[in-house]
Amino acid sequence: MTALLEIENVSKSFGGVQANKEISLEVPEGAIVGLIGPNGSGKTTLFSSIVGQYPIDGGSIRFESEEISTLRVAQIARLGMLRTFQQTRIYGQMTCMQNMVISASVRKRGFGELFHGQHDPQVSKHAEEMLEFVGLYEKRLLRAGSLSFGQQKLLEFAMALMNEPKLLMLDEPTAGINPTLINGLIDRLKRANAQFGITLFVIEHNMRVIMNLAQHIYCLAHGELLASGTPDKIRNDPNVIDAYLGAH
Amino acid sequence: MTFPPQKLIGYAALVAFGLAAPFVFPNYHSQMAELWLFVVFALTWDLVGGQMGYNSFGNVLFIGVGAYACAVAQVGLLYDISNYTASDGGDATIYVFTVPQYLTGLAIGLPFAALLAGLVAAFFGSVVLGMRGHYFAICTLGLGVAAGQIAAGWEWIGAGSGMTPPNAPRGIGDLAQFFYFFSFVLAVACFVVIRWLLSTRFGLALNAIRDDEDKAEAMGLPTTRIKVTAWTFAAVFLGLSGGILGNLKRFIDPIDVAFAGETYGVWMVLMAILGGKGTIWGPVIGAAIFQVLKEVFWTYLLGWQRVALGLMIVLIVVFFPQGILGWVREKFPEMFGHRVDRGPAREPAE
Repeated sequence: MTALLEIENVSKSFGGVQANKEISLEVPEGAIVGLIGPNGSGKTTLFSSIVGQYPIDGGSIRFESEEISTLRVAQIARLGMLRTFQQTRIYGQMTCMQNMVISASVRKRGFGELFHGQHDPQVSKHAEEMLEFVGLYEKRLLRAGSLSFGQQKLLEFAMALMNEPKLLMLDEPTAGINPTLINGLIDRLKRANAQFGITLFVIEHNMRVIMNLAQHIYCLAHGELLASGTPDKIRNDPNVIDAYLGAH
Repeated sequence: MTFPPQKLIGYAALVAFGLAAPFVFPNYHSQMAELWLFVVFALTWDLVGGQMGYNSFGNVLFIGVGAYACAVAQVGLLYDISNYTASDGGDATIYVFTVPQYLTGLAIGLPFAALLAGLVAAFFGSVVLGMRGHYFAICTLGLGVAAGQIAAGWEWIGAGSGMTPPNAPRGIGDLAQFFYFFSFVLAVACFVVIRWLLSTRFGLALNAIRDDEDKAEAMGLPTTRIKVTAWTFAAVFLGLSGGILGNLKRFIDPIDVAFAGETYGVWMVLMAILGGKGTIWGPVIGAAIFQVLKEVFWTYLLGWQRVALGLMIVLIVVFFPQGILGWVREKFPEMFGHRVDRGPAREPAE
């Protein structure tokens, strides 16, 4: 497998706080890779740096072997790399269907195509399929803002799928989701990976979820890469256990 | 876009009413012409302020640019502009316009007004639309005020004493009635174009920017280009309306007519809010109600008309923040294509 995303010695600090210190990792094409670490270890900062939201202080970020660390958020998204947010973000006053339709991939569309009608049958069909996939089909005509937090999270996931990214970066996909739905969500993430061929890079606090989901896990602590390896290796790594239990 | 027959009849009735109105109410030509311009003001303000969520207080910039651009083109085709403005444009014996000259002037002046206003929006838009929320609002306010001051100091276009558009030749007939039809056609065109825009993916993109701009950007939408395009659409229609306004008022004062932030600039926001931000009919209804109220205040409360208007602004903002159609949408969401949850959430299929 070739690396879809390569991160080399990436550093980022906010004033005196070093959020990321020379982090190097890679996400192979077609894989599901996990990113764990205690609160404040710099996971979300790393995500924001990767998608172009924060300019990095040093290092290199390559997507499909192209340097992207100087590109802007929307440009990176159009290359086929999307992130979802920890604080779920959807378009609250629009219906679920409208949320989906405007999320349809802009990668293959020029600016002029924005002036095409909203009711393209192909786009609508795809949107309905994706809503069905996450279990929100019945809610498609509701205002997205009226959904519960968990449902909004599912909608955000469906919107990301609608965009047909190559790499999807999920920031805590199961946080705030009803525990009984978590298994369904894990299954859906795996299917998105296997059926739609989307590479996943997942931040997760729920150990059961990430151990089940990821093939390879990176662990951050205090802004540094602490460990990396298979779920089994990470689970038994004394450094990781120390970081979580506070012996660091 | 689809037009069910009953809607088509409704639209036809409205257009018929618009065409017949000047003959039915011959004493109110200029007020009715102004009403249609207000419809354009409110619709274009709402495109950016309501649909896209960028509250602009400087849209008068485009009205002013349009008013001056149109008048300058109308005059400049035949006469030297500095001499014309130096004589206060008034000397009707020297600066004569025949009917074909007058019509040609308008035919060139109005598109020129639209073009210039559009260019100004595209230029400033790429700068100010990078700002969000209050910063954008304040910045546009500044643009409008600055433009007024520049116009008031620019001798070529008459500086503080303003500019008079060409005197209409006798053959034009009742000037207010003549421009009533211009305003009416412009309002209809503006409505049709905005209705079309909102039916495209572009319309959805505007709403997405309103609801969460960071998300829209993270999903790969070219947000800056979308915002500038929307503002430019608004500016083109405002430029045209400014061209008509100057000719309708027959005098372009830099601060009271062209860049009238205190009146038109505030009113356009108010009309959109009164009718319902973010709806297509809201600004139209808001403009109609506002114009009627305004004329009533000016007629029956003279001396206190501005106090009454100010009081109305406060009342609208406090008690009607969603506007008329906003309230209707809350009560009858089905009319707007929204649905309300009926059953319990279905668990995702395992």
